[in-house]
Order: sequence, then C-alpha cells, then structure tokens
Amino acid sequence: MSDAPTSAAPAITDAERAELRRHGILLTSLQELYTWGCSHSVWPLNFGLACCAIEMIAASMAKFDIARFGSEVFRPSPRQADLLIVSGTVTKKMAPQVIRLWNQMPEPKYCIAMGACAISGGPFKQGYNVLKGIDRFIPVDIYIPGCPPRPEALLHGLVQLQEKIKGFQIKGPDAPRHLQTADAGEYPVPEFGAHDLEPPHNPAVWTAPTIVRSEKG
Amino acid sequence: MNPELLGSPGGANVRAVHDAFHGDLLEVSMGPHHPSTHGVFRMIVTLDGERIVKLKPVFGYLHRNHEKLGETVSYLASMPYTDRLDYLSAMTNNWAYAIAVEKLAGQPVPERAEYVRVILAELTRLLNHTCLAGFLMQDCGCSGTPLMYAFREREKILDLFESLSGSRMMCNYQRFGGCRVDPTPAWVDATRTLVGNYGAFLDEFEALLTGNEIIMARTQGVGVLSSALAINAGVTGPMLRATGVASDLRKSDAYGVYPRFQFRVPLGAHGDVYDRYMVRVLEMRESIKILEQALAGLPGGPIMDPKAKLRGFRPKAGEAYGRIEGPKGEIGFYLVSDGSPNPLRYRVRPPSFINLTVLEDMCLGQTVADAVIILGSVDIVLGEVDR
Repeated sequence: MSDAPTSAAPAITDAERAELRRHGILLTSLQELYTWGCSHSVWPLNFGLACCAIEMIAASMAKFDIARFGSEVFRPSPRQADLLIVSGTVTKKMAPQVIRLWNQMPEPKYCIAMGACAISGGPFKQGYNVLKGIDRFIPVDIYIPGCPPRPEALLHGLVQLQEKIKGFQIKGPDAPRHLQTADAGEYPVPEFGAHDLEPPHNPAVWTAPTIVRSEKG
Repeated sequence: MNPELLGSPGGANVRAVHDAFHGDLLEVSMGPHHPSTHGVFRMIVTLDGERIVKLKPVFGYLHRNHEKLGETVSYLASMPYTDRLDYLSAMTNNWAYAIAVEKLAGQPVPERAEYVRVILAELTRLLNHTCLAGFLMQDCGCSGTPLMYAFREREKILDLFESLSGSRMMCNYQRFGGCRVDPTPAWVDATRTLVGNYGAFLDEFEALLTGNEIIMARTQGVGVLSSALAINAGVTGPMLRATGVASDLRKSDAYGVYPRFQFRVPLGAHGDVYDRYMVRVLEMRESIKILEQALAGLPGGPIMDPKAKLRGFRPKAGEAYGRIEGPKGEIGFYLVSDGSPNPLRYRVRPPSFINLTVLEDMCLGQTVADAVIILGSVDIVLGEVDR
C-alpha cells in the first residue's frame, strides 16, 4: 500500500466501477473492505448497568431487532466484544470495573454512552456517589441522550457509529485511535479513594472545560 | 470419585488430581459484570466441588444516593426519581410514593383516579412477572425464546403506558391527589383489548414452560425457603407466598379500591424456585381478573382532586409510611416532614433488597448453576436494591 495522502482523488471513478460491475467484476480498496467489515459486525458486550440496560435488551428483542444491523451477538466476555454500551449510571464503585472491562476488550473497540447518566451523571449528578460522565476515563464515540433513550435511539446511535467506522482512514494522521501506534492501548484504572476516585479523571481523555465569560462593556 | 474413570487409561491422573485438591475450597467471584446477576450485583461464592458452602453478596455498585437526593428536592420532584428505583415497574413505585405523601398531607383521591391506579398497577404486575419468567428461563439456559415472547408482550403494555404518560418506562404519572392525565376512551378500549388477549398469551407461555420436563427438573426442590425464615427475614411478595404464607397487602391493607374486586391470592407449597415461578404465573391470571373488573367499573368524574395543591406543596410536620403490594413485594416509602417544601427524611423500603437477604440460606448446599436460577427467582432490580 502506498503512502499517498488519503484525500487524493480515487484511482478509479464511481462510473468506471459501475461499468466494471456490469461485467461481473467487483472492485474495492483495502480500506473500504476493512471499514465495511468492521462497521457491519459490531458485537456489543453483554453488560448492563441500570435502567438503560432494559432498553438495550428491548432493542435486541423482536420488535426493534438489533440483528438487522449486525449487532445481535451480545458477548458475555469482553475478549470477544467490539462495543461497550455504557447503559446507565456509573457509580464510583463501579467505574473501575467499567474501565477494566474496556481495557480487556481487544481493538478495534468502540464505546457508546447510552443515556443521561453515562453522559453526565444525569438526574443523579448532584449525588456523592455518581460519576459525572464515563468520558472522564475512556474515549466515547457516540453519545445517546435520553433517560432512558428509546430503543430506536440506540439503533440510531449504532447506525451513526457504523457511519463513523465507514469514514475511518486506515493510514495517515486521520487514522482512528487503535491504528495510531503512539496511542495508549490501556487506560489507567482509578482507585476508590478516601473521598473520590483517584485520579478523578484521566487527563489524556478529558480536561475540565474552561468557562469563558464574555466581557460586557 | 467415579470408579469407571479410575479404571480408564488416565486413572492415575484422576487419582492424583483428586488427592491434590480434595477438600480444597474454591472462591468464585460472580459479578458485578456477569450475565446472570441481573445488573451490577456481585456474589462471592465459596465452593466445595460444585456445592456452595458460603455465599457473600456485595452490594452498592448502583448506589445512586436516591434517599439523600430525595431530601434535597421537593416532594413532587422526587416522583420521577421513584421511577428509577425499580425500573421495570415504575407505576407501582409512583403509587406507593403518592400514597405516602397523601397520608402525610391528608389528601383525598377521586374514585376514577383510584381505578386508574389499580389498572396501571395490575398492568405493571403483568409486565414485571412476564419479564421475570423470561429472565428466569434465560438463567435456566433456555436462551432467547421465552424472553423474546415476554418482551413482545412487554412492548404492548409499554405502548399503553407511553400513550398515557408520554414515556415508555419512566412514567412519572401519579400525582398527590390523583393522576396526571385522564385516560381517553380509546386508551381504555386498547387496554381492554390487551387484557382480553393476555390470557391466550399466558396459555401459550405456560404450554411451553410450566409442564416442561427440563424446567421442572431444574427448578423443583431447588432454593427452598422455609416459611419461618421468610417471615423472620421480612420477605414479602411472591417470594413469601411461594412458601405458603397468605400475605398480600391488597387483601390485608385493602388500600385503594381493591376491596371491590374479586380475586384470589395464589400460594405455593414448597417454597422452591418452581413455586415462585408458578405463584407469579397464577398471580398474572388473577391480575387479568382484577383488570377486567376495574375496566368494567371505571367511573367518570375528575382524575385529580380539584383542591389538590401542586405548587407550593408543604405538608404539615409529621411522618407517614405508605406501602402497596408491588410486583416484587411490599414497596413502601417513609417520609418525615418538618413543614418545609422538602422532606426531612425520605426512606424507601425496597422489596427486592430485603428479599435478597435470604439468598445465602437458599443457596447453601446447592450447585453453583443453581445459584444463578435462585437469584433469578428472587426477582431483583439493582436500582431498588442499591438505591
């Protein structure tokens, strides 16, 4: 494979490819094959945290049928899973286990923060025992708001994730995290300290937002 | 040791392994991420071979400081939080909380609202027990199909909840002194149709499961709970009734309009997993009877007490305990008021947490695979266990 910049025009146009297909010749690039394969076999981890997990189960049942999108294979072991759906409130007692599960998953892996609690702590944000968003410790690909999100919203999030995977470049600086050799494969697992998780967040993934106030004259 | 194995070519190895490990105990940590633990629950199981000699439950992985939050917000603002306690049966949580506050404030409830509450509570019971049966069969190893059937029916009930309250799971429907939305005649008709068809679904479900030889072999005589221990431990709901104790708050407390309906309280005889399953199936049949009567007798009139105060709600100082027979047992709310807009103390009596306290007693001497179905038969929801 050449190191040509990925933004260059493809060597073969869509019209030429369609012409070839009429003659029974299918052409693809390695990148398209890779992203096509990855995006249509996203196997989620069979892992429920709270209320959203019930809607996740509902999404895998007959009415919503997540199997239409190639993701019905809920794997009980993180070693066999591609997708971590953080479905519910992450408490400070549970956060180290979630991050350990994420570390145990093989690359390429994706994370969906399902529901208000996984995104920000949601209705329990004011509490002393709730993590204010799982994105403080692990990188999140898709956020699905709702309390809980409907199964349709989860399916929409999954389709968005598939679109994201299809857009991946397998070479170059735009390549996703798992293809960057410099990027960390393991994420530090916090300890349950005296007052809070230690460290309270992973600086490589999340930094506290700075509040910019407009200077009014 | 199996004598046939000893006589086999590898017999010496079998003997060596037996001699090396015989009598050694093995500690297995099940959870908090385990497909059988119904959420983030952890059991530390000590095994002698396959037999459980000790079981230590570990709670708190979903402790969301529910009770502390309840003391920092107003009475009405706690209502949506109660949805998230036992997230399979939001309507009964709402009702129990509404009863506690209505007791505290001396708030009457119109007759139509009482009927609607009964209808919604019994629909919730159908939903909860159907899903539980599906999950229990999943734990038995019958992966997929019964749960698919259960969730198919659940979706039909959730459609009713959604058209009434606007939300599938987190209904936030009850108010102090009535209900939030008046059900339309079309909704009542749709409910009548669902209730009319539910018996046929139960017949189909039972034809597949109740007489099934594998399920009987797997669940009968497993996880036996004695009625004496159940009473002493404060176990309530179908768990208690499966041991043969006739205790149902719908009969003994006679809250709401339940005294007007004809229904029976099914009881078990052995207190094993099969009885717990059976009691729930029979309870669903009784729920259908209650629903038919309630839908037939649904009166007109207001859905909210016109004098009910929604804004600036400040009950006078005092305390109240409201409880109902939820699908999992006695769900109760204890409130202490000091006359301010927030409760001074807000306490939940979670049925599945208290039912879970007898888990070790039921599991001792059973195999590790039985622990999975015993836990499944307790019917826990971690939102309520850990709060």
